[in-house]
Amino acid sequence: MAARKLNLKERYSLLTRDLDWEYSYRDKKEIFPYEDFEGIKITDWSKWEDPFRLTMDAYWKYQAEKEKKLYAIFDAFAQNNGQQNVTDARYINAIKVFLTGVSPLEYQAYSGYAHVGRQFSGVGARTACQMQSIDELRHVQTQVHAMSHYNKFFDGFQDFSHMHDRVWYLSVPKSFFDDARSAGPFEFMVAISFSFEYVLTNLLFVPFMSGAAYNGDMATVTFGFSAQSDEARHMTLGLEVIKFLLEQHPDNVPIVQRWIDKWFWRGTRLLAIVAMMMDYMLPNRVMSWKEAWEVYFEEAGGALFKDLARYGIEMPKYAATAIAEKDHISHQTWSTFYNYGHAAAFHTWMPDEKEMDWLSEKYPDTFDKYYRPRFEHWREKEQAGERFYNPTLPMLCNTCQIPMGFTEMDDPSLIAYRQSVYQGERYNFCSDGCKDIFDHEPEKYVQSWLPVHQIYQGNCGGADIEKVLSEYYRINMGKDNLDFHGSPDEARWNAWHNLESAEERLKKAG
Amino acid sequence: MTIEIKTSTIQPIRNTFAHIERRFGDKPASRYQEASYDLAPTTNFHYRPLWDPERELYDPGRTAIDMEDWYAFRDPRQYYYGSYVQARAKLQEITESNYAFFTRRDLASRLPGAAREKIVRCLLPLRHLEMGANMNNVFGSAYGIGTVLTQAFLYNGMDRLGIAQYLSRIGLILDGNSGDTLKAAKTSWMEDPLWQDLRRYVEDVLAQKDWFEVFVAQDVVLDTLVYDIFYRQFDDAMTDAGAGDLAMLIEFMQEWHKETSRWVDSVIKTAVAESDANREQIAAWVADWKQQALAALGPLAAEAVGPDAINASAEVLNKRLAKAGL
Ligand SMILES: [Fe+2]
Ligand SMILES: [Fe+2]
Ligand SMILES: [Zn+2]
Repeated sequence: MAARKLNLKERYSLLTRDLDWEYSYRDKKEIFPYEDFEGIKITDWSKWEDPFRLTMDAYWKYQAEKEKKLYAIFDAFAQNNGQQNVTDARYINAIKVFLTGVSPLEYQAYSGYAHVGRQFSGVGARTACQMQSIDELRHVQTQVHAMSHYNKFFDGFQDFSHMHDRVWYLSVPKSFFDDARSAGPFEFMVAISFSFEYVLTNLLFVPFMSGAAYNGDMATVTFGFSAQSDEARHMTLGLEVIKFLLEQHPDNVPIVQRWIDKWFWRGTRLLAIVAMMMDYMLPNRVMSWKEAWEVYFEEAGGALFKDLARYGIEMPKYAATAIAEKDHISHQTWSTFYNYGHAAAFHTWMPDEKEMDWLSEKYPDTFDKYYRPRFEHWREKEQAGERFYNPTLPMLCNTCQIPMGFTEMDDPSLIAYRQSVYQGERYNFCSDGCKDIFDHEPEKYVQSWLPVHQIYQGNCGGADIEKVLSEYYRINMGKDNLDFHGSPDEARWNAWHNLESAEERLKKAG
Repeated sequence: MTIEIKTSTIQPIRNTFAHIERRFGDKPASRYQEASYDLAPTTNFHYRPLWDPERELYDPGRTAIDMEDWYAFRDPRQYYYGSYVQARAKLQEITESNYAFFTRRDLASRLPGAAREKIVRCLLPLRHLEMGANMNNVFGSAYGIGTVLTQAFLYNGMDRLGIAQYLSRIGLILDGNSGDTLKAAKTSWMEDPLWQDLRRYVEDVLAQKDWFEVFVAQDVVLDTLVYDIFYRQFDDAMTDAGAGDLAMLIEFMQEWHKETSRWVDSVIKTAVAESDANREQIAAWVADWKQQALAALGPLAAEAVGPDAINASAEVLNKRLAKAGL
């Protein structure tokens, strides 16, 4: 019997979509209880277009090939002491931020996609989400493995998951993902699949991976390349979700628009840390944050939203503010971390003269005017043996949880403060965007676990800040924190490189 | 002659991550350990889920089972993502060559008519059961606690999707890609009285809220019986009926079940050994679901294999439970 030819779509449909059935012994709502409460209307799940048609046999095969190559490189990297080949030990701090701040989000993504991968009643969406779930598990695990070798030679990686649950600045990424996961399943998809994976991923993932490539970090860049095809799938899922929701019912449009506004703003706040990483933490710079923002948000995002206009979707509400911030955000964020460098599990430092010149060139309108004088002052103090640390505890934005340090965009000398009163209590915000998010769902954001409040309330091991840092956060004081200059990381790095140059000399003599 | 390659030795300042060191001591750790232990958030959650406001995001209260340490569960296969996909890639490579051989030699045309009919009626509808199993394991991954356990649930969930797809491909091989056998199998699943109690069982499990109970009902009770009836006894019966070539198409399921059972056994054993309360709770779930599963599978087993089949499989299940301390 000559077998009929099945095209990819037919085949995928028979092998996946057709596995589902209409329940008759149980009410569908018992099995998928979370699909209605957000007000999203799905009239026909069968209209879902599978964003990628990958059956499990092919998935296992491709992914196993990728893993084999990836781990071969990790092994070689460890064997050859690849950590010595990065541009400069300051660079390592960028990947400390990554492991403590971003990798745990991959874990949350794994859990979040398992949740929606069980809860969507449409089998096509369910299966696509399951595949993303297992991919995200891959990402957290391969990132841990990529960093595992660095952890053996540098401080600050060792307690990443303990820290992610506790340390003040890590509550920024943690609350971001907690927010998405505690939302309904459709908001989760708009938040993570669309706003994060589709709109903003080029501003998160790509800067770290390019930073790794520019700075000789073989382990991280190999991971980055290996994850690229996973990310391509995740992006197509993000686009399909948005199209599907908008096409299913006109009532979905305003709901989705509000989610896009919210998650765009929450996302840009999260990216503040990437901005400072790009402009301050990479000894060999890829491009400025401002340039990245222009290419990946203003150009690419602009085109995307033009495309979505036919559904009635507009540019995210605070896009104009975010665009204005591109000239400031990295400098302000780095200032904050420099101020609280004693309370962070990575090192900070003042840029050297050449680096300051680069910043002046990249930020002609703002750097010399607002930031250079301050930085030079701090550098002088450091040279005088009085490296500046801010001993107070900062006030945090109740939504994004970043210390209040961002300024008004029309007056960069004025810190922006916004407030709301809810049930007699006052809440503070860093921006209109964060205030709006709170005002729309105050009952959610009053729950925020704000690290500074928690310290004041005695929930982090008492009132002694040293103890909070060393015992509750488990920062190894004097090793993980403080300025890069004078750190054990720096001392080890210098020792290795003297050793290497001695060998080099020996070789030449021989 | 041995060549001594000179490498610069640099002393590491630590062997592994601090949380791994706290568990296993100050020594180099395996990739499995670093990928699996203490990875999941445990405290200081920001917001209660709108979809479950009584609980936190990672909340051990989503099951009646209680553990002092959720990382006490072990996966004897030590699967993290990388080792998992590599193991499955190997198994799928063998399967692919089996399926290719079967197709190339047109072994479908040599199946006795009655046997072919039996495969369509008694084996292919299991693809829907596997879809249920996929969802039930993803459920454990989404709401369970501790990465050692939850990652294994996800691997199992994806495996079940893979098995459902292999079963569907058996249908497509038999019907020359017309899809007629899959249609017939779905009609059986939906309407044939022989299948209805089993479908009811699957839908009942899908409606449960306690993820450990779901695990007991699906992976322990139902899978033990189903895999024994359909992938051991039915395989034998088909061989007797002159359809031994089927074995090539279900080897994946057999190997998979053998391997996965090691994990399932270890999970159940660990939970039972933890406390009397756990043992009593699990025993109660087992008793409840076993009775339903035996009732649902009895007529199917009789049709697929013969009148004694269900008792033989019940025996297998009882032995397994006894080994786990139940
Ligand atoms: Fe990821
Ligand atoms: Fe992703
Ligand atoms: Zn804010």
